[in-house]
Amino acid sequence: MADSVAPRGSHEGGTRRDFLYLATGGVAAFGVAALVWPLIDQMNPSADVLALSSTEMDVAKVEVGQRIKVMWRGHPVFVAHRTPEEIKEAEDVNVAELRDPQTDAQRVQKTEWLIVVGVCTHLGCIPLGTAPTDPRGQFGGWFCPCHGSQYDTSGRIRLGPAPLNLAVPPYKFLAATSVRIG
Amino acid sequence: MTASATRPGFKNPIIRWIDHRLPVFSYMDHELNEYPTPKNLNYMWNFGSLAGFMLVAMIATGIILAMHYTPDATLAFNSVEHIMRDVNYGWMLRYIHMNGATMFFIVVYIHIFRGLYYGSYKAPRELLWLLGVLIYVLMMATAFMGYVLPWGQMSFWGATVITNLFSAIPVVGESVVTWLWGGFAVDNPTLNRFFSLHYLLPFVIVAVVILHIIALHRFGSNNPLGIDMKGKQDSIPFHPYYTVKDSFGLGVFLIFYACIVFFCRTSSGEPDNYIPANPLATPAEIVPEWYFLPFYAILRSIPNKLAGVIAMFGAIVLLALVPWLDRSPVKSARFRPVYRYFFWLLLGDCFLLGFCGAHPPEGWYVVASRLGALYYYLHFLVIFPLLALFERPLPLPRSISEPVLKGGAISGAAAPARALPMEKA
Amino acid sequence: MRRPLLALLTAALIGTGANAIGGSGIALAAETQAPPELHWSFEGIFGTYDRAALARGFQVYKEICSACHSMNLMHYRNLQDIGFSADQVKEIAASVQVTDGPNDAGEMYERPGRPSDTFKPPFPNENAARAANNGALPPDLSLIVKARKGGADYVDGILTGFADPPADMKMAQGMNYNKYFPGHQIAMPPPLSDGAVTYPDGTKATVDQMASDMSNFLTWASEPKLEERHFIGVKSVLFLIVLTVLLYGVKRKIWAAVH
Repeated sequence: MADSVAPRGSHEGGTRRDFLYLATGGVAAFGVAALVWPLIDQMNPSADVLALSSTEMDVAKVEVGQRIKVMWRGHPVFVAHRTPEEIKEAEDVNVAELRDPQTDAQRVQKTEWLIVVGVCTHLGCIPLGTAPTDPRGQFGGWFCPCHGSQYDTSGRIRLGPAPLNLAVPPYKFLAATSVRIG
Repeated sequence: MTASATRPGFKNPIIRWIDHRLPVFSYMDHELNEYPTPKNLNYMWNFGSLAGFMLVAMIATGIILAMHYTPDATLAFNSVEHIMRDVNYGWMLRYIHMNGATMFFIVVYIHIFRGLYYGSYKAPRELLWLLGVLIYVLMMATAFMGYVLPWGQMSFWGATVITNLFSAIPVVGESVVTWLWGGFAVDNPTLNRFFSLHYLLPFVIVAVVILHIIALHRFGSNNPLGIDMKGKQDSIPFHPYYTVKDSFGLGVFLIFYACIVFFCRTSSGEPDNYIPANPLATPAEIVPEWYFLPFYAILRSIPNKLAGVIAMFGAIVLLALVPWLDRSPVKSARFRPVYRYFFWLLLGDCFLLGFCGAHPPEGWYVVASRLGALYYYLHFLVIFPLLALFERPLPLPRSISEPVLKGGAISGAAAPARALPMEKA
Repeated sequence: MRRPLLALLTAALIGTGANAIGGSGIALAAETQAPPELHWSFEGIFGTYDRAALARGFQVYKEICSACHSMNLMHYRNLQDIGFSADQVKEIAASVQVTDGPNDAGEMYERPGRPSDTFKPPFPNENAARAANNGALPPDLSLIVKARKGGADYVDGILTGFADPPADMKMAQGMNYNKYFPGHQIAMPPPLSDGAVTYPDGTKATVDQMASDMSNFLTWASEPKLEERHFIGVKSVLFLIVLTVLLYGVKRKIWAAVH
């Protein structure tokens, strides 16, 4: 293959050559980035996991004073239909004394429904207090048997090693008794 | 702070610090940058690097697929569909991996036939060739086991047929098959162990590829003329010349690969494999993937089970023995007109065998398979040695540079009687 | 030959093509006709699905086919791809009762379906399906288009290929004559008849129309990512062509010194 074109002048040839290398390098880099993205994104939650990332439930059957446990994103969630006494207890607490200060109003959308993630914020055990026969601790809420953390009727930490209140998941009431968690 | 005669040491102090204690950078520099490569390699020499690229691509996509796949007989098929439907970009990764096997074999077959044409297996590169055959065998084992993993009809029945071959071994055959299966038929234990080994073997292939490249670098690459490099005028540094040529070749290859992954009707694979495995229903035709078809044809061409198995494995053994079967001192077929003719016959024979392997062993297909298998054996055992003894090769040029410098015109007092025009790179 | 490169590559391409054709699929019996090749909107590198046809096909599946055929790999949420809204999907899912459990008392119970559920199968297991169909198993339809040689053409052929058997053919008990089914004897009775469903968009529900809509729907069920695949494919190939041309330029520039 005879390349019969004489070598170009060094200055002009230099700029043209550099541009070609730059352009090719740039295009190739873009290509590598575009290729790498799917390799990373495939580890993100797949469509079936995302489909289960929110759960809708009808809480009409949960009577006043009753609590239930539902699964959401692999964790238990406590749904408590609070009695007026439990609501009053929760609202009367002096927030300044709390380890993790939060008012009851900050933790509920409708005062008679408390929805919290049932995972102790200490080391992750599931606190007792949902079933009627469970111990509830001194504060009427939940009692964690692993290391003795005790939560009140708003799910706030009152005693024991846990640092934070029980987490409140994102939820929305779609109708009077129909709620979507997540 | 190693510096070779021609290049200064590294400028970056971190690299120097590492290199002084663990000379990876000097090693890479020597093997890639300085490594003298014949200046006349044509595009047939791209396929080694393409094979290396495919190995990396298959390992990367394979590891990712393994994050989502479940190797249990009751769950495997659905886990693959989970990948295809729910995993982000899962369909793409699966198709890249599945069609990647096809691309890997295309590339390796061209690479092998390049070796046969240009005599790359001849002394002193016999071990390079043997390592290559070992890589080929490992690839076939890996591909076979990988195909079983989706647990479709063809996965299951292909596994059944091929593992049953081992029962042909006299005395211990049945025990060997039971041992392979982990039971009395292909079932969950078989699937689990195939998954484990399918994950393992590619890394064994990586190790053998490293040995393959070390063996290559011992004497350097062969070239289209088949004559050794005689000095600096015959060689160019690997980088940037062949790095850029390999990159360009990779670009062309990727276009072809992308078309297959994204558009080809056959990219979704054998229809029967979209039916979950059913031990009670055998498909009308059990067909392996295309890259096994020539061996499948040889296997079925002999009515005796043990003889068929021996013939099939023997075909691979013959490939390994080529450096000792073909003793002609002339490497490149460029200068061996009779050998060249038989080379194309062999290639055609492999296509014929492949074609026969895809069809049921009836009628003319049987005859053709038998003739094809017979020719294959004749080619290696008879034609190779005879050619070496009786062929009159064309005169070789004096050096690699000579035809290059001549630039296509036969001129000058020093030109040999039949100097060939310079190879178009 | 002086240019083995081109010859080898061409041979490799032809070989792959020949082997791909030769090595795929069940061989139809010698006397079985191949189904007619039809034109589909999803064919070709720019192919897309006809969403109206997909919706009609789903309706045919729901009203006719789901009586015998499961689609276990489909989730109700997948129907959003066809064009149903999230609320419509919820409604469609809730219209069926699915078995769930065990509850705290240890019993299985029924509840309305959710979008995350798979399509409710007509039979709880294979044995029940066979018992209800004279020992024949109506195949799951989730992958039927990819699992049959001929794909959508074959499915359409089967649905429209019912006919009276030729005079010299003896049909086995309970079998039906079909032009395109291998062996011509299929256990499924003709599922479609003119006007069997009423399409809300006013399209006339002839057997051909319903078969075509079913084939579209079943192709989508087998390959829900087809459109994304074509889209990304076109972009990738164009990108690679640009990159390869640039790389060729760089290669020529660098090699100019050698030539």
